[in-house]
Amino acid sequence: MINLIRFIQKHHVLLLFLLLEFVALSMLFCSNAYHRSAGFNINSNVSGVFYRIQKSVTDYFYLQQTNEMLALENARLRKQLTYQSGIISTDTLQHIDTIFHFIPARVISNNVHFRNNYIILNKGYSAGIQKDMGIISPKGVAGIITGVSKNYAIGMSLLHKFATISVRFKNNGHLANLSWQGGDFRFGQIDHIPTHLVVNKGDTLITSGNSHLFPEGILVGTVESYLTSADGALNKAVIRFATDFNALRQVYIVDNKHKSELDLLLMIRIDE
Amino acid sequence: MSDFFRHSLRFIVLIFIQIMVLNHIRVGSYVNPFIYPLFLMLLPFRMTQWLLLFIGFGTGFTVDLFMSTPGLHTSASVLLAFVRPYIVRLASGAPLPESASEPTVTEMGNRWFFSYSIILIFVHHLALFLLESFDPAHLNDSIYRILLSVPASETLILLLVFFFQASRKR
Repeated sequence: MINLIRFIQKHHVLLLFLLLEFVALSMLFCSNAYHRSAGFNINSNVSGVFYRIQKSVTDYFYLQQTNEMLALENARLRKQLTYQSGIISTDTLQHIDTIFHFIPARVISNNVHFRNNYIILNKGYSAGIQKDMGIISPKGVAGIITGVSKNYAIGMSLLHKFATISVRFKNNGHLANLSWQGGDFRFGQIDHIPTHLVVNKGDTLITSGNSHLFPEGILVGTVESYLTSADGALNKAVIRFATDFNALRQVYIVDNKHKSELDLLLMIRIDE
Repeated sequence: MSDFFRHSLRFIVLIFIQIMVLNHIRVGSYVNPFIYPLFLMLLPFRMTQWLLLFIGFGTGFTVDLFMSTPGLHTSASVLLAFVRPYIVRLASGAPLPESASEPTVTEMGNRWFFSYSIILIFVHHLALFLLESFDPAHLNDSIYRILLSVPASETLILLLVFFFQASRKR
């Protein structure tokens, strides 16, 4: 016993170092990586206040740019509206509208240059935002909500190790998974493209609608280059994101009104 | 008491610059400068090691709170706090003079401070970027980040240190 105490006395710095490092590393690894930020919710409330102050200052510099973008989006939406009401009046479109609701929010903090990037938004559960909702920007898909507090929400952008989304080639309907490999924030990558699939530069990718996070048909990106593998196996494609992550300001959060019902259905299927 | 105040103020200012300014500056996608380790570097020599470790933990945790990266900066800062006494010895090459109280440029000289700070920054960035990706497939990527970010951080730290030293002399 005395030896033990003496040992601890002698090496207390090393032992304390190991203990603290153990605590830090278990915070890093033991929390489920995908929902890591959810357990770290406190930060949204504390740092959210700081980021809001900072944003309210810097926003002035971007007012003109934001206005122009919103005006453009308005124009586009108005065009769509007239198009829809004029030509198509089937039930399916109205159906989609009642299932998916869009909650507008502003980005108060966003990064693009880390390996895993997060977006903090200025609305939380008081505005109806929940975990696992999709985030879309006016230009395309942007990310997924991973944690909410009362007035703020945090989400991982597509520029994240664990953000893989299901996409579809618009021209032939084939499914693929899009992920980000780090590095340049403008480009993502699709692995495992079957060789028989013809992919051309400029092909459009849209959301598949399989994940219930995003409605079907939201723009994700376009094919920038297509890499055939040497051994004749599965091919790869580099995708240019439709969303400019570095200029992310105004976003919409996708609220799928039928999500709980769909999840319940999936659970029933698993039970059987 | 005034020492305590000085260090606390430095802590707040450095964390503030880090979060509000540096995290938003991007030069290429590989350069992420971090200056908050300067706070840990400038703590007094006489500070007991266990206290240094706890302060390292707290500093890293604060940065983690603001960057939503639980444990990442904490582990890098604790490592920095742990190796600091060894690096002090390494940089000096001889026992410290009795008069030395703080590892500043004014007390220890430019050359000493340069080698001291760049080694600590390197250790910190090495742990930080390797843990951040934690994937052998992205090892090259992490190494680029380390090699480019260390000079960037070191330059900023030296600029800050010389700026404040110059203003104090006047």
